[in-house]
Formats: sequence, C-alpha cells, structure tokens
Amino acid sequence: MSNIDKSFRDFRLLDRLAFGETAVHRLDPRAKVLVTLLYIVTVVSFGKYDLSALFPYFIFPAVMISVGGLPAGFVIRKVLLLAPFVLMIGIFNPVFDREVLVRLGPVGISGGWISCASIVVRTMLTLGAALILVGVTGFPAICGALERMGMPRVLAVQLLFLYRYIFVLTEEGARASRARELRAFGKGLGMKTFASLVGHLLLRTWQRAERIHMAMLARGFVGEFHARREFRFGARELLFLFGWSALFISLRFWNLSRMLGDALTGIVS
Amino acid sequence: MADALLSPAVGGVMWAVSAGAIAYSAVKVRSELDEKKVPLMGVLGAFLFAAQMINFTIPATGSSGHIGGGLLLAILLGPHAAFLTIASVLVVQALFFADGGLLALGCNIFNMGFITAFIVYPLVYKTILGRNPNQGRMALATMAAAIVGLQLGPLGVVLETYFSGISELPFTTFLLLMQPIHLAIGIVEGFITVAVVSFVYQSRPEILQVALEARPIGVHPVRNVLLAFLAATVLVGGIVSWYASENPDGLEWAIARVTGKEELTEPSRGIYGVLASIQQKTAFLPDYSFRKAPEPAVTSEGGDLAEASGKAGTSVSGIVGALMTLVLALVIGLVLRRRNQAV
Repeated sequence: MSNIDKSFRDFRLLDRLAFGETAVHRLDPRAKVLVTLLYIVTVVSFGKYDLSALFPYFIFPAVMISVGGLPAGFVIRKVLLLAPFVLMIGIFNPVFDREVLVRLGPVGISGGWISCASIVVRTMLTLGAALILVGVTGFPAICGALERMGMPRVLAVQLLFLYRYIFVLTEEGARASRARELRAFGKGLGMKTFASLVGHLLLRTWQRAERIHMAMLARGFVGEFHARREFRFGARELLFLFGWSALFISLRFWNLSRMLGDALTGIVS
Repeated sequence: MADALLSPAVGGVMWAVSAGAIAYSAVKVRSELDEKKVPLMGVLGAFLFAAQMINFTIPATGSSGHIGGGLLLAILLGPHAAFLTIASVLVVQALFFADGGLLALGCNIFNMGFITAFIVYPLVYKTILGRNPNQGRMALATMAAAIVGLQLGPLGVVLETYFSGISELPFTTFLLLMQPIHLAIGIVEGFITVAVVSFVYQSRPEILQVALEARPIGVHPVRNVLLAFLAATVLVGGIVSWYASENPDGLEWAIARVTGKEELTEPSRGIYGVLASIQQKTAFLPDYSFRKAPEPAVTSEGGDLAEASGKAGTSVSGIVGALMTLVLALVIGLVLRRRNQAV
C-alpha cells in the first residue's frame, strides 16, 4: 500500500469516529474546544521538573476515551508515532543537565532525566487531547465552534472547503502515486517525474476550482456551510466546562500524586 | 514545534501574532473581492495536503523527501491568500495528525506561514524577481526564497524552544543542529518548487499571471510599513539582542569611574524601600533577562543525611502517588467504558 494510502487511513478513521452518538458527542462543540484548550494550557504551564503533578491529568483523556467510545489503542498508537521529534530534543536534557535532584536509595536521578520524562508525559497528554477533540467533535463542528467564538469567516470557509476536498484530492494523488510506484521497477521517483506528477495534479486542481466556482454561482452559495445538527450551549455544557476547568485548575495547584502517595506511605509505614 | 517543549507565555505570544496576521489576511482577501479565489484557496490547500504525502528521492543521497509547498502557494496565490491556506493546512495537520499540538499551532503558523508569505515572499522573492520577470529570474528568486525561508523557520523554532525553557538544549547547539540540515532541505525545496513552477509555466502560463506581473513599486499602504517594522522588531529583539554588549553603558561607566561600583546603592528604608520592593516583585524581565526560577535545592556531596532522607521520602511518595493516580485514571476509564457498553 503506498505511503499516501497509509497516512490517509488513520485520517478517515478519526473522521468517522466523530459520527458517534455518545453523551460527549452530543455536547456543544464550543464547550469541548474550550475545555481542551484549558487542558493543554494547564499541562504546558507546569515547570520543567514537575513530573508527578502531571500524572493526575491522565484522567481527562481516560474519561473522554471511554465515554466517547474512542478506540484507546488507536489514540495511544498515534500519539506514540508522533513522539519522535519531541523525543529527539528531549533526549538532550539528560546530557546537559546532570545535577542530581532526587535520590532513590543509592541511585541518583539527575534533573535532566526528570525533565525528559516530563516532556514525554506532556507530549502524551497534549497530543492525546488534540486527537480526542477531533474524535468526539468532528472537524466541521470544530470550525463552526471557532467561528462562533470569533474566528474570521474567510478562514472558516477555507477550512471547510479544505476539509471537503482533502478526501477527493488525496484519492487523486494516491491513484497517481500508486501508478507511478507500479511502473517504477524499484528505481524510485526522481525529481523530474515528481514535478510532472504534482504539476499535473496542480493543473487538474486548478480546473476543478474553476468548476467549483461555477457550481457555487449556479447554486447561490454565499459562504454558509450547514451543519448536521444544531447545537445549543445549555446547562450540560456549563456543567462540563466548569467541572473540568475546576479540576484542571485545582490539580495545577495541589499535587494529587504527592497527596495520595503521602497518604499511602503514611498508612504503610 | 511541539506543545511539550513550549511554555504558555511563548505559545500565547505566538498565537497572538498568528491570530493578528490571520485577521489581517482575512480582511485583505475579502476586500480583494475576487470570488474565484475562495474555492481556489480551499482546493489548493487540499492539493498541498496530498502533494506533501507523495515522496521523491533526493538525487545525491538516495533518501526520500517531500515538498513543503508554502512558497509554491505564495507564488500561485499571493501572500494573503497563501498565508490563510497554509494556516488552514496546519490546522488540519494539528488536529488530525497531532502534528505538534494545539498550542504550538500558533508557533507553526508563524514559522511556516507568516515567515514564508509575509517576510520571504515580498522581501526575497519579489525583490529578486524585479520589474522584468522572466523564467530564469523566477527560478533564481524561487531558489533564494526557499533557502532563506527554510533558514528563518527553524530559527523561529530554536528561539521559541529556548525562550520556553523546557528543553535543556543550549541555544547554539540547537542552532548548529537545525540550520545546516535545513540548508540542505531548503536547496531541495528550491529545486522541487522550481521544477513544479516550470512545469506549470510550460503548460498553462496564465496561471502564473499573478506571479509574473510586476507590481508597480508605488505607494505602500501604512499597514505594510507597520508590518515590516513589526517583523524587524521581532528580528532585532530576538536575534540581534543576543549580541548586545555586556560592557557597562555610558552612565554605568561614569559611575564606576567615580565611585568604584557600577550602580549606586539605594536606601532600603522609607518610600525608596517600598517602591524598590514593589519593583522587584513586579519586574517581569529584571535586568532584561528572564527571572531566574528558584533553583531546585541540590543535595551536596557531603550533604545532610536527614535532609537527603527527607528528600528521598518526598520523592518516593511522589512516585507512589503518581503511579496510584495513573492506576486510578485507568480504573475510572475502564469502569466508565463497562457502564457505557452495558447500557
């Protein structure tokens, strides 16, 4: 299967997950977007060496994945797949930061390792939150929510057009790419053939744009995309928003891991 | 750029800049009243998406690369429409491919969109293209713009990472890692963009009409001037200030000659003291650098045993607590899923 088909399969799966009918799916997208943004900002606001305080934040993805009916393995796999760049930077932390911060008996753990682990946990939390947001909300609903919260109409129309035509164009690109692969006899694609392949795709795209424009004029399109269902920001959304916000903010200031750990070691010792 | 390497302050600032640029571009695109551009932007964004997934082999090395495409869009659409299109592609990548994260999206839109459309395109590409563009000139302009753009973008990433303070990578090391690689990437991007543009020029040159018609260098609207100044400020503040001299300035030098110290001590009582303490607490950038975070206490070599064991106690309970919360989160998730399936 060519590269483009593989990358696109996950895209389509994530898109289809948004058509679910769970309680989370039925919430107004604005609430979900706001909660996700607050989540990301609080996670990212922790200091370099905060590690244990981040762990309670796993509750949000855990709850959203189960109540939203998302496949947990899929989300975890996608997050792990995208960690490499961050890890490449993060792995330098133990190299440059060698002061021992924590001693576990005879073993000393340097600050560098703690901050590296913190980076890994942060990655999992923030990237997971973004994927979960799309999985329970769906891209058109997110665009509608952003537009109602102040995003310029031009960008909203652009995003919805883009989303609508991604499926069409990636299929065209995949067809051309597969055809090239089947005829390449293992020699690979040089720049010249790539340029003509992509050039043809571009020309066809341009002509398609002209056809779309004429279709728009013929149907009186004025820039409004109609959503499948109308959303209202009601009591449930307020509860969702304030409940999670209160949790994130209080977890920011009280280290739940430490409190639980203290309680447990207090009982044991 | 990724969320995990970002601090809220840096992320917020970059988001503010990107949002401002988006608002400005939206107004510009709407006011140009070229309705044809609306579907064109959308479809070209999808095209960019698809084109980025198709690989080609780089001649000398044999490894595979893919086109970035920002410069190509700027050439085809003009700066404002291209900026919005690039931003929209990045939004989709951030949401569906978790490409960096939602907070880092502001940084990415700036590094890959703003720099390409509003700095490299007008200042490099258009300048080299000049008044009488021809195909050779266009190739040269494209190469130069690709190389410069792919140097400034990673520079932005390095600066953002440095100012966030999450990564320990020293500034110069990171810079030396990123820039040479991106020089090579820039050259490849230049070649491939020139190839695609030449192909288009040979088949349908009217598409490149926007690119080839030389804009009259007439009256520049105030907004453009302000934008240029903003860009210059960012560059100077971000880059040139690193070379700011540490030597005492004129006043400090004079004081040093007279009193033997660089600064005069102020009385610590009375109104001076109150104002000084207020200033110390509110100074966001004391002495023009970031406030040093309180260093975590490090147990010295022949350290206090009680202190060390106290620290170990804290860390053990911290680790235990962390694992407990993880287990709790998993259990809660499983219970909820069980209930969901039972219903």
